[in-house]
Amino acid sequence: MQDVREALMAGRASDGKAVRRPLSPHLQVYRPQISSTLSILHRITGVGLGVGTLLLVWWLVALAGGAAAFAGVQWFVSSWVGLILLFGWTVALLFHFCNGIRHLAWDMGYGFEKQAYHASGWTVVAVSVAASLVIWAVGLAVW
Amino acid sequence: MAMKEMTEPGAIMRSELGRVRGLGTARSGAGHWWAQRLTAAALVPLAVWFVLSLLAHLGANGVAMAHWAGRPWNSVLLLALLIALFRHLALGLQVVIEDYVHDEGAKLVGVSVMKGVLVLLWLAAVVAVLKLAFAA
Repeated sequence: MQDVREALMAGRASDGKAVRRPLSPHLQVYRPQISSTLSILHRITGVGLGVGTLLLVWWLVALAGGAAAFAGVQWFVSSWVGLILLFGWTVALLFHFCNGIRHLAWDMGYGFEKQAYHASGWTVVAVSVAASLVIWAVGLAVW
Repeated sequence: MAMKEMTEPGAIMRSELGRVRGLGTARSGAGHWWAQRLTAAALVPLAVWFVLSLLAHLGANGVAMAHWAGRPWNSVLLLALLIALFRHLALGLQVVIEDYVHDEGAKLVGVSVMKGVLVLLWLAAVVAVLKLAFAA
């Protein structure tokens, strides 16, 4: 069965010919905006953190499995690939964390004015990037 | 609002007028929405605690880490983190699958397989934490 929403797609071109109306917005020609960009980034980082959960499970299972198992996970996270992935997950976690708090504020009815959500959006970007760099600077100094 | 409804997550978010008029979610959407927010709020302090704990143990060996994870409150908070995190992840991935998979059969299989895999991973992590808790 055809989707009932197809009825909304019926339209006419300027010469009167029946056409299927284009979907809007056209992602290919749409100028990226802070609102839409952070929205899709929230989803992408969420899925990325889901993949990162595999490392969390591996780490806990190895910790319970004894010295040899833990040495395996330690080897992985201190390898170049492991460090790059860990840095990516740090940025993803901090962004998803900060933007998630922004979402919770919206759910309570705050911050819907254009100026407010532009300001909160850029704040989320600045805080998550700065906090990632601080955590890694401290981490590498201690490690 | 009756007490029973107060204790049921999701029921809080649906107004009685909306229910009578048949507005809003067709199935269990309000409960899904509410659980996603509740687990998000729980993850705010739990994630901060976990990241700070990891930073405090940089360079620590397996024995020290296992000792840390086996301390009662740390085990409790790790289990709480795993419960909130996996629930939040399952709800989030379900929405992503439902948004991009349009075939009803594939959608059902996709969501079911995803949840099955997450349950296995969650159980493995929970058993590991319990083992650490009782070994300490």
